[in-house]
Amino acid sequence: MTAWINLSVNGGPVEVEVDPMRRLADVLRDDLGLTGTKIGCNAGDCGACTVRIDGRQACACLVPVAQAAGADVRTVEGLAPVAEPTGFADLAALQRAFLEAGAAQCGICTPGMLMAADDLLERDPVPTEAEIHDGLGGVLCRCTGYRKIIEAVQASAADVGSSPPPTGPAVGSRLPKVDGLERVTGAAAFGADQRPDGMLVVRAVRSPHARARFTIGDLGPLRERHPGLVLVLTAADIRGQNRYGIYATGKDQPALADGQVRHRGEAILGLVGDEATIDAISDGELPITWEPLAALADMDHALAADAHQLHDHAPANILIRGRVARGDVDAVRAQPGLVTAEVDVETTFVEHAYIEPEAGHARRVGDRIELFVSTQTPYMDRDETALVLGLRPDQVRIIPSAVGGGFGGKLDLSVHPLIATAAWLTGRPVRAVWTRPESMAASPKRHPARIHAWAAATPDGDVVGFRFHGDFDTGAYASWGPTVANRVPVHATGPYEVPNVLATTRAIHTNNPPAGAFRGFGVPQAAIAHEALMDDLAARLGIDALELRHRNAIRAGSRTATGQLIRASAGLPACLDALRLQWARLRADAATFNAVAATRGSALRRGVGIGAMWYGIGNTSMTNPSTIEVGLDRDAVVTLYSGAVDIGQGASTVMVQIAADALGVAPAAIQLVSGDTDRTADAGKSSASRQTFVSGNAARLAGEDLRRQLLRLAEVEDTAAGDATIELADGRAIITEPNRPAVAIDLAELPAVGATDPGATPVLLGRGTYDPTTTPLDADGQGDPYETYAFGAQLALVEVDTELGTVKVVRMVAAHDVGRAINPTQVEGQIHGGIAQGLGLALMEAYVPGRTENLHDYLIPTVGDMPEIECLLIEDAEPAGPYGAKGVGEPALVPTAPAILGAIHHATGARITTLPATPDRVLAAIHAVATAGS
Amino acid sequence: MGTYVRPADLPEALTALAAGVAEGRPKVVIAGATDHYPARVGKVIDEDILDVSGLDGLRSIEGHDGGWLIPAGVTWTHLAEAELPPLFDGLRRAARAVGGLQIQNRATIIGNVANASPAADGVPNLMALDAVVELASARGSRQVPVAGFVTGNRSTVRAADELITGLFIPEPDGAARSTFLKLGSRAYLVISIAMVAAVLVTDEDRRITSARVVVGACSAVAERLPELEALLVGRAAAPGLEEVVRPAHLAALSPIDDVRASAAYRREAAEVLVRRALAELVA
Repeated sequence: MTAWINLSVNGGPVEVEVDPMRRLADVLRDDLGLTGTKIGCNAGDCGACTVRIDGRQACACLVPVAQAAGADVRTVEGLAPVAEPTGFADLAALQRAFLEAGAAQCGICTPGMLMAADDLLERDPVPTEAEIHDGLGGVLCRCTGYRKIIEAVQASAADVGSSPPPTGPAVGSRLPKVDGLERVTGAAAFGADQRPDGMLVVRAVRSPHARARFTIGDLGPLRERHPGLVLVLTAADIRGQNRYGIYATGKDQPALADGQVRHRGEAILGLVGDEATIDAISDGELPITWEPLAALADMDHALAADAHQLHDHAPANILIRGRVARGDVDAVRAQPGLVTAEVDVETTFVEHAYIEPEAGHARRVGDRIELFVSTQTPYMDRDETALVLGLRPDQVRIIPSAVGGGFGGKLDLSVHPLIATAAWLTGRPVRAVWTRPESMAASPKRHPARIHAWAAATPDGDVVGFRFHGDFDTGAYASWGPTVANRVPVHATGPYEVPNVLATTRAIHTNNPPAGAFRGFGVPQAAIAHEALMDDLAARLGIDALELRHRNAIRAGSRTATGQLIRASAGLPACLDALRLQWARLRADAATFNAVAATRGSALRRGVGIGAMWYGIGNTSMTNPSTIEVGLDRDAVVTLYSGAVDIGQGASTVMVQIAADALGVAPAAIQLVSGDTDRTADAGKSSASRQTFVSGNAARLAGEDLRRQLLRLAEVEDTAAGDATIELADGRAIITEPNRPAVAIDLAELPAVGATDPGATPVLLGRGTYDPTTTPLDADGQGDPYETYAFGAQLALVEVDTELGTVKVVRMVAAHDVGRAINPTQVEGQIHGGIAQGLGLALMEAYVPGRTENLHDYLIPTVGDMPEIECLLIEDAEPAGPYGAKGVGEPALVPTAPAILGAIHHATGARITTLPATPDRVLAAIHAVATAGS
Repeated sequence: MGTYVRPADLPEALTALAAGVAEGRPKVVIAGATDHYPARVGKVIDEDILDVSGLDGLRSIEGHDGGWLIPAGVTWTHLAEAELPPLFDGLRRAARAVGGLQIQNRATIIGNVANASPAADGVPNLMALDAVVELASARGSRQVPVAGFVTGNRSTVRAADELITGLFIPEPDGAARSTFLKLGSRAYLVISIAMVAAVLVTDEDRRITSARVVVGACSAVAERLPELEALLVGRAAAPGLEEVVRPAHLAALSPIDDVRASAAYRREAAEVLVRRALAELVA
């Protein structure tokens, strides 16, 4: 049944004829086109769809539209005082504050956050921090770590007004995100925000079993019952290769399973039709016969002698082994007089939990296919989609949507094979939007790890031997498993110079969901082991834990476990120096706190821990070039063609800042074209913390190239100091050198030159390509796997309730050597967000297939779980980096869990090595310490 | 697609419910709908809905015949913002622990009881308050104590043609204080690992005349601790009260192992929470 419903939306009357039980969120988005309201879960768990109803915040996904009848509904589109804001001045104070504070990263939670904050500020114009927590507690953010959101709400409440736009060099300035305006107005188009005319939808039918054979019966009756069912895609409909995968050697994952499934959530059918038809088909009415088979639930089962083998190319279910060997660990083991430590670490599946589920649509254009999708890697998507469709890569165009969080999870194909196949076959646009349970069941995860590590030090505190073995559950398909197996041994020692190292890894197939890329590629798991060893060695040696790290820190002149000579930009000692004072003070404060608590009979104990890290920027010993173009057209407009996809981390802003300084113009003078494979050159993937370093270098080279061409035309010689100024206006470029008359170049008189974008007609085109210098690793893992490394260290102050085992992280201090902070606000944002995810990894996140496929059983940190965070940016310039910059995206997460676990140990004496450190595990460990001590 | 009705008065609602039963398609009742939609993500829906959110005059808590009546339309936010005596402090604390503000603004207290989740934050508090569920149908009306109303995980004694019209909270015979402690793995939006609600009633000499201590999320239905309650009666409401708590008092709990915590942990944590609740009430 449908009914006419009248309501007021953003102050204007609206009348819709819909099912009264239709979710208000769907009415706003699909019927009224107000896609600023986002859907992250449809279950009230994430708050992305928060709107105000008669003033009060509500999840629009939980409100039957009939209950909004007669109500005043406010959405993000109604926040700004003007209908279509085009600049800062058009925004509400709250929106401006979000932009200036860097409170919006990917932007998917931003509309919900803004509406929750708007509700809060109207009820409570000057809220305390605790009141802000209560006001925003119902909206999850996976990017920012919430700190800058809190800052923005405070700034808005204090009405500090707008700060003027930064002047001077763009690099190093706190330029607000160049793509920020559309994120605070709700205008940014994410994967699910477009509904092409005449579109069909495709829904995957997924396996409820971890391992099973299946047959599909007669589909005739289903088609008769549902005339709107246009196609039922099966494996037989896959036109190209029904095996895809990131690695050339690892193409193992079917777009649609062919007769057998290897993990729960694997797709077997695609139902294609109009939205109403597809929504009305339940899985129960499909003629599928399942024959469940015994599944390999974990690595022990997969390694058992009688285990079935998932793939022919992975004997004994071992996909790949990694190895780094240097010196002679066995000799160190035999050496007397050394102090040793040993640890076993076990971690679980961790879900990316980006607030935007996978979504997009495809359309066929002649003999080409175009996909609008949420992705971190448009060019790999292009090639993989071409493979599945049996097309040439140049027949596929990927247009990245705004990406509502990635963290590695959007490096694999998701909706692509089915939307593209269905669009190709039907000739109509086809869309897919995964539900939250579907996203969680079908997307790759962080690898569960089982690590044994051992280290030895001389009585003076020199770490001289290190042995590490890690097994990683890579699930049913390879995904990015090989990357983890290769990257981990290189980083296994942690950021320390150790002469004798043997580090080995295996990626093991099970019938679990594929484990792939997730912020750090296995290094966060390894860091838990090496930092526990450093703490333990320090205690046994009687050396301060920070000082032991300092003593052994890799620094300029060190050789790593792969034999690489680190020549420059190794700022770990500087990071530790920056933390030393707070380390001492926080530990003294904790001791005082604990003494008082003991006197008062309180169960609370505080502790301070430290974690240190290093991380190689870019691919491991593999080429990973980026090319970027900067065009200047006859109207004197500069356009940056950047294939470096912004997934919230700020790549677009960084590229603009770098290109602006390289060319010598203001960032505001640069238009941006981002990520479209038809219009931008390949800048690789937004992964491995590589965009600032690799694509940033390409942007710098492109900007410099264009500048050189302009100066040459003006017959001006550029100096190292870059004294010449460039002014662009009215179709002219005016070049001015000190003490010389200005030279004007009439751009309209120049002939057009080509660019990657076929529609572009620049008169000058700067082009830059950068590929980091690396060497292959030999059989012992010896070589130069990365051109540069990021370093960092963090302190955690925690409060443990020793009767309940609950842990509250009170304060974090994070020192990161980023080479150069291109945009300090964004660097801090990455650190905050990394800490939030590290905190989740340490304390609460555990993905269990079939059990935690939603955001109320799978817990990520809320605003109330985040500590105060102090960021200390260390800028030990990388000579090869753009303006000295390296990367920070993944590094920020790596030391957090070790620091928190060290702090729990300091507070209670209990060392948690099975993660997450949930209250039951912490309490059991505290009891074990008490038992051992009695 | 099923049918949808949103009546404005109670008789109309009861008629609609009765009709649904007669047709063999009992109606699904929604109020705030915050438990309704999450259970249906990605599922095909073919249900007939009775939406009670439009019923008149059901949004404020009022004194009523030796107690208070919480009508069916009262949301957690209404409760949190209402002027109420300290007896309600525990329930009001629960009001700010159910989901986020978005949920609290829409979800009703009655719905929390009707949904009968073992982790319902409202139920232990309402049991501690000795609340009575008022049910109406075209056949008549009846009253059932909350403790008897919820019979198991997602199951209650409500008949398919009955509607919960309100909760009656009797006024205690003496000064009453209450509290609620909820334990979860994060700060907001968290399903309880364990929780404790407690009400102490005292006489003029600060002697305990009545005590109710209820543990939630440690059994299919929240459990009162009658042995402990009996032990508390007659004691002075003074610091140190929590020292009477013994593990045996929680023996009737039947916690489970799940992703949130182990059963053994739940039992231990519940005991800690009981002690702390009592300590807080006499502080």
